[in-house]
Amino acid sequence: MTTVDAGRAVARRKSVSGWSGRTIVAVVVAIFVLFFVIPIVWLLLATTKSAHGLIVENPFRPGAIGDLAANWEQLFGFQDGAVTAWVGNSALYALGALVITLVASIPAGYAMALTEFRFRRLLLVLTLIVMLIPNTALVLPIFLELNVVGLIGSPLSVILPMSFFPFGVYLTYIYFSTSVPRDLLAAARLDGCGEFQVFTRVALPLAAPIVALVAFFSFVQNWNNFFLPFVMLPSSEGYPIQVGLTSLLASTPAFNPSSAGTQSVQLPTLALATVISVLPVLIVFLFAQRFLVAGMTAGGTKE
Amino acid sequence: MTVTDEAARSAVIPPGRPAGRSDGGERSAMSYAFIALYAVLTVAFGILPALYSLYLAFTDGDGGFAGIANFTKVMSDFRFLPAVGHVALYLVIWLVALVVLVSFLAIVVHAVRVRWLSRTLRFVFYLPGALAGASSVLLWLFVLDPTASPVGGLLRLMGFSSFVQVIVPANLPPVFAVIAFWTGAGGWIVIMYGALNNISADVIEAARIDGAGTVQIAWHIQLPMLRKWISYMGIMSLAAGTQLFVEPQLLSQASNAIVPNDYSLNQLAYQYAFQQNDFNGAAAISLLLLVVALALSAVFVTRGGLFERG
Repeated sequence: MTTVDAGRAVARRKSVSGWSGRTIVAVVVAIFVLFFVIPIVWLLLATTKSAHGLIVENPFRPGAIGDLAANWEQLFGFQDGAVTAWVGNSALYALGALVITLVASIPAGYAMALTEFRFRRLLLVLTLIVMLIPNTALVLPIFLELNVVGLIGSPLSVILPMSFFPFGVYLTYIYFSTSVPRDLLAAARLDGCGEFQVFTRVALPLAAPIVALVAFFSFVQNWNNFFLPFVMLPSSEGYPIQVGLTSLLASTPAFNPSSAGTQSVQLPTLALATVISVLPVLIVFLFAQRFLVAGMTAGGTKE
Repeated sequence: MTVTDEAARSAVIPPGRPAGRSDGGERSAMSYAFIALYAVLTVAFGILPALYSLYLAFTDGDGGFAGIANFTKVMSDFRFLPAVGHVALYLVIWLVALVVLVSFLAIVVHAVRVRWLSRTLRFVFYLPGALAGASSVLLWLFVLDPTASPVGGLLRLMGFSSFVQVIVPANLPPVFAVIAFWTGAGGWIVIMYGALNNISADVIEAARIDGAGTVQIAWHIQLPMLRKWISYMGIMSLAAGTQLFVEPQLLSQASNAIVPNDYSLNQLAYQYAFQQNDFNGAAAISLLLLVVALALSAVFVTRGGLFERG
C-alpha cells in the first residue's frame, strides 16, 4: 500500500469511526433494542390491567394484581375451561411427539454415523433435503394422505407427523460422527458387547447432550406448531393452545365487533392467553439459550 | 473448529470397511433395526404424502388422469396471481431487511468490547424467537392497534388512528415482514455473531495495521466471510416465507375479513381443500410450493457447501 493510500485510509477511518459515527451506530442499535424489547415488556404488563386501564393508562405502568386475577379468571372460565384443555392438548401433542422423536431419531442418527448399511447415503441425503424444507410444506399433503386412512381429528394425526423430525436425526448424526470415536465402539465389541449393547451401554450414555438438544428443539417446534393442528383437528376440544388462541381472538370484541356477548374476551385477557401460550417455550429459551444456539449453528460447518 | 471438522470428515468416510467381518451380518441387521422407525416415519410423512399429492394433482375428482388441468385451473383462478404477488412482495421486503439488518447488527454486536453488554444485546435480540406462530401474531395485533398499542403515539404520528387503517392490504407485506423479522432475526444475529468469532484475530489485526478502519474491515473482511451464512439464511428464509399462512389467517379473522382469507398461496390451497372440497386443486398448489421448497433445499445441499460432511 502506498503512503497516499494509507493516508487516505486513516483520514476515512477518522471520519466514520469517530465519535459521531459511533453515536449514530449506538442510536440505531438502541432503536432496535427497543423494537425487540417493548412488545414483550408491554405484553407482560398488559396482563395486569383492566380492559379500560389498558387503553387509558400509561402503557408502561404496571397494573394491579387484582386485575391480573380477574383476567386469569375470565381466561380460564372461557367456554367452561376450554383454555385448560387446550394447554393440556398442547402438552400431550408436544410430549407425545417428543417421545417418539427421541426413540426414532437417536438410534437412527447413531446408525447413520457409526455403522454401515445399504441405503445409508440415500437416507442421509433424504434427511438433509427434508430437514431444509419448511415443515409447513408437507402439511396439506399429509392431510390429504391421513384423510384417506381416516385419522383426521385424532390426536395421532398431529403426534405422528410431528414425530418425523429429520433435523433431530441430523443433529444426532453430526454428534456421533464428531464426538464418539469408532475405536471406542470397537473396543466394546472386543469385550463381547453385542451391537445393541454397544449402543445402549457405550454410545447412549455419551449422547446425553444431544438427546437434550433434540428434545428441546422438538418440544419448541411442536408446541409452537400452528398449521398442522389447525388443518388436522376440526373440533375445538382437540385444539392445542396455539390454535385455541384463534378462538379467543374470534371472541374478542376489540378485534371482532360481531362477537360481543356473554363469552366475549377482553384485550388484557387475550394478552394473558398469549403469555400462557408461550410460557413453556419461554422458560426453555431462558434456560437453554446456549444449547439452542449451538444446535442452530450445527446446521453448517465452517470452511 | 477445523480440527473437529477434519475428525468429522474422517469419521464419516472411513478408510475401509470396519474390521470384524465375522459379525458383519449381525451388525448390519442391527443397523436396520436402529433406523427402522425413522425410516417408517420418513416414508409415511415425507415420501408418501408427496407422492399422493403428485397423484392427486394430476388426476380429477373421479381418479381419472387430468394432465395439467388442475394446475391450469388453480393458476387461472382470479385469486392465484394476487396471492403470488402478496407473497413475493412480502418476501422481497423481509429478505432485504433480514440480510442488511442482521449483518449490520451482528457486526456491531461483535464490535462491542464490553462483555456483559454484548451478551445482553444478543439475548434481547434472540428472546422474541420464543414467540412463534399465532402467539407472535397476536402480540403484533396489539402493537398495531393504535387504541391499545404501547407505541400508539408513533402509529398516530404515521397517520394511523385505527386498527383497520393499519392493516389495509397495501400495508400488509411490510407488516408481515416486521412480524417475521421481530421473531426470527435474533436467532440469525446470534449465528452470524458466532461466525464472526471464527474469523482469526490475526487477519483483523493485519488489516488494522494496514490502516483499515472499522467500516472497511466490516466491508472487505467480515461481510465476505459471512457470505456463506448469509446465503444459508436467505435460502432458508425464502423457503419458509413462501409458506406464509398463520399471519394473514389470524389477521383475516381479527379484521372481520378486511384481510381476505385467500391472501397467501397456502391459504388458497387451504380454501381449495376445505371450502371447495377440491383436493386435486389443493394438491396442485401444495405441490407447486413443495417443488419450490425442494428446489431451494436441493440447491443448498448440493451447492451450498455447508453440508459437505454428508
